[in-house]
Amino acid sequence: MSAIDENHLHADPGIDGHHPHHPATAAAAGPMQRERARTIFQKGSPGRRAFVCPPLDVPMPDAEELLPKRFRREQPPRLPEVSEPEIVRHYVGISKRNFDLDSGFYPLGSCTMKHNPRLHERAAALPGHARLHPLQDPERAQGALELMFNLQGALAEISGLPHVSLQPSAGSHGELAGVLLTRAYHEDRGETRHKVLTPDTAHGTNPATVTMAGLEVVKLATNPDGGIDLDDLRAKADSDVACLMLTNPNTLGLFDPNIEEIAAIVHGVGATLYYDGANLNAVMGLSRPGDMGFDIVHFNLHKSFTQPHGGGGPGSGPIAVSERIAPFLPRPVVARDSDGSFALDFDREPGSKSIGRLRGFHGNYGCFVRSYAYICSLGADGLKDASEAAVLNANYLLARLREKGVAEHLPLAYGELCMHEFVLSGGPMKRALRIKTLDLAKRLLDFGFHPPTVYFPLLVDEALMIEPTETETKETLDAFADAIAQILAEAAADPEIALGAPYSTPVRRLDEVAAAKRPVIRQALD
Amino acid sequence: MLAAIGVSSVQEIFERQIPEGVRLGRELDLPQGLSEQEVFAHLSQLAARNVSAEDELSFLGAGMYDHYVPALIDMLMERSEFLTPYTPYQPEISQGGLQVMFEYQTAISELTGLPVSNASTYEGPSAVAAAAYLAKLHNSKRRLVISAGLHPHTIETLRTLAHGYGMEVVLVALTSGSAGGVTDPDAWAGAIDDDTSAAIFAQPNFYGAVEDAAALSAAAKDAGEPVVVAQVDPITLGILQPPGACGVDVAVGEGQPLGNRLDFGGPSFGFFAAREEYLRRMPGRIAGETVDVDGRRGFVLTLQTREQHIRREKATSNICTAQALNALAGVVYLAWLGRRGIVELGELLLSRTHYAREQLAALAGVEKLHEQPVVREFALRLDADVAAVRGRCLAQGVNPGVDVHALSGRDEDRGVLLVAITERRSRADIDRLAEVLQAAVASERQAVPA
Repeated sequence: MSAIDENHLHADPGIDGHHPHHPATAAAAGPMQRERARTIFQKGSPGRRAFVCPPLDVPMPDAEELLPKRFRREQPPRLPEVSEPEIVRHYVGISKRNFDLDSGFYPLGSCTMKHNPRLHERAAALPGHARLHPLQDPERAQGALELMFNLQGALAEISGLPHVSLQPSAGSHGELAGVLLTRAYHEDRGETRHKVLTPDTAHGTNPATVTMAGLEVVKLATNPDGGIDLDDLRAKADSDVACLMLTNPNTLGLFDPNIEEIAAIVHGVGATLYYDGANLNAVMGLSRPGDMGFDIVHFNLHKSFTQPHGGGGPGSGPIAVSERIAPFLPRPVVARDSDGSFALDFDREPGSKSIGRLRGFHGNYGCFVRSYAYICSLGADGLKDASEAAVLNANYLLARLREKGVAEHLPLAYGELCMHEFVLSGGPMKRALRIKTLDLAKRLLDFGFHPPTVYFPLLVDEALMIEPTETETKETLDAFADAIAQILAEAAADPEIALGAPYSTPVRRLDEVAAAKRPVIRQALD
Repeated sequence: MLAAIGVSSVQEIFERQIPEGVRLGRELDLPQGLSEQEVFAHLSQLAARNVSAEDELSFLGAGMYDHYVPALIDMLMERSEFLTPYTPYQPEISQGGLQVMFEYQTAISELTGLPVSNASTYEGPSAVAAAAYLAKLHNSKRRLVISAGLHPHTIETLRTLAHGYGMEVVLVALTSGSAGGVTDPDAWAGAIDDDTSAAIFAQPNFYGAVEDAAALSAAAKDAGEPVVVAQVDPITLGILQPPGACGVDVAVGEGQPLGNRLDFGGPSFGFFAAREEYLRRMPGRIAGETVDVDGRRGFVLTLQTREQHIRREKATSNICTAQALNALAGVVYLAWLGRRGIVELGELLLSRTHYAREQLAALAGVEKLHEQPVVREFALRLDADVAAVRGRCLAQGVNPGVDVHALSGRDEDRGVLLVAITERRSRADIDRLAEVLQAAVASERQAVPA
């Protein structure tokens, strides 16, 4: 691979002409490639530096008086010794070994990879936001508190649940808040309930959260239409059930048509209904969790509301709750006083039922700025338009993938229409063409696309979970559908191509088994 | 597109899937959308109603600090290649992000003196709670013995989550008198028993005091078999003994001082480092080194059988999205500081903090809360109402620090002011603080005779 190829990570093998699995392409590792696999700790030279320390402008007392020797570090940490240009070249260089949303289609199911407007970065970088200390007096942070108050209000309206805490740091943190709220609610009524129901299609964070909150997971079966199996729900819903955690539309991209009955069954045994908001992008302005009967919902500001994903965070996971859950919300929340000013309400009075804090300070405010900017930009009609376009795009892409040549290998797992995402099964492809979903995903890399989410949800054989979002054009969706068809046709002729893919990426398939067997998780230093 | 789908309108797609009873059927009660320039103007107006560290001479700290963030961090964090990808599920096209994680883990391991680090957690206090959960998984014991020198937000977070974990929190008071201000070693040892899962303290503690970390670790291990956890301030680790050299098992903390903005409290990152034996119980992502089919060095997410998307209800944590971009800022900052810079910066903070503490404690009506060594922050006791004194200082454009009682709500914190020093606060700034604080305390003592 040449240095130029690395700058064109997703070069279309059909356009640049070389046969993608030619051994010469596959094996070549030029000097730049080797250069870029070295870490910052392997660069530089003793004494080299970027930082210039401000002058010591105070008297220097006796070292022992400042800090006794027994508390002092003996050897400095072996941090890199590099100049500023070296740091810039290093990180710009390795950045080019990343695929990103600004470069191409990223249909990662359940992740809502929608465009990140740069306005949001500019607004969040204003010193009045970026250099505002979290312990600034509330009367001197009125702009920030107003922003948070307005965001609380907007999220309440979008979810149909009136009370909001912005504190959780990400979706799974919001889930943890939600299950702890459920526990607190039941304990306040003098009940100890042990079980939380989750469908087998649930995100992995749901069962992991339940365990962390000290409760026990009970799995619910999925019916032939892809929704909750009502008989199984009725059989398992009893007075020991604290909560049902549900994603709606679920991870199959299907809106559960029985949601009202599900809510009635769950409420009928005194349990709460928790809404995993990962798929909210399907229903903004169209249907609200609160109106469906949910008591608690978490939002993923980094999914539905454009906080950039950052390669794995930061996120933000606010929660909205119904009246009966409100007394237990984490504190503080932002309140408006009678004089119109904004305040942090800590609810420190005796008898407070709050579950307490989940983290330091007030939550990921920088994410609030971005998501609030997004809500202001779109407004009521724009949010609805976004969800409609997301669902339209998903259904169009689904229709393209149900054409002959694709559908027989990658059938839709459940349903006819879908919401914002859909799940195909690669099972028939695996049997007929001898390539697995993993191979298809890796071959997509050579076509310049980020693959869909693969092997989730677990109940679909060789699953491919595809979420295009409202960001994409018809042309992009067509190009993706064409690429899938081309890969399948190619595999019919020669499965080895997909089995060996990718070819055009900075590295090819990596040995994950060896990595886990003998973990090397830091740079060895001299 | 509609024809391809086989529907006559977008509405039909929804009507065929969402039951009528749960369709909203009206527009959301939100303002209509705005143009980009209108949104920017609105957010600028909100920003203008905040008094940031740009607008006043600020000595606020208590967990987040106004350090200088080098310009190259802004540039790198805004690069699309770092800003916009998801968690690196496809390693062949995510080598940049994975290598950053690997380098970050190396840097945190070096700083803390502990061999293994994850790729980030949310932030400081929840990282401490995550360490408590690791201890529970490790030894199945049910008591958490914690120092009162932990940040109040850490204590509150631990209490919230310990309830979920089914663990009891036991608070160990700080010493008082001439040797006051640190975790009481006798009470600490006395509180730790055979059922103690973790013993947790802060270094430096919330009131700025340097704890005898080695002694606390040793005492904890004499008294039982707890996992010893330290919440440490990473910016001090150029000069303070690293936790790994003090017998600490798990070191966690708030990463904001390392190249991250204040952002009114987040996003920043939490770091999480441990001894080797805890590797397979660590929360969150971990990047590992491997090779590709052509033998080239590469990086992958590894040890994923700990994680929620594989292990579900048996996962070691529920964390999915963490703070990758903020951790990038952290490792770039540490590379920028470098091996010598982190020591030089630490010495500068140490000297200026010492100077500020002596200048302020010499003022009438102001005394040190404790005599312990301090490195970047210190607590004072004022012989006057802290809120009123702060009000007078603010009117002069000086924010003298945190009113600890307002933060913690604890009676014993009445009269306590916590003052933080960064490299952005020069001697002249400190002298200005002394001048303003002196006048403010004097005025308040006159106004309210004892």
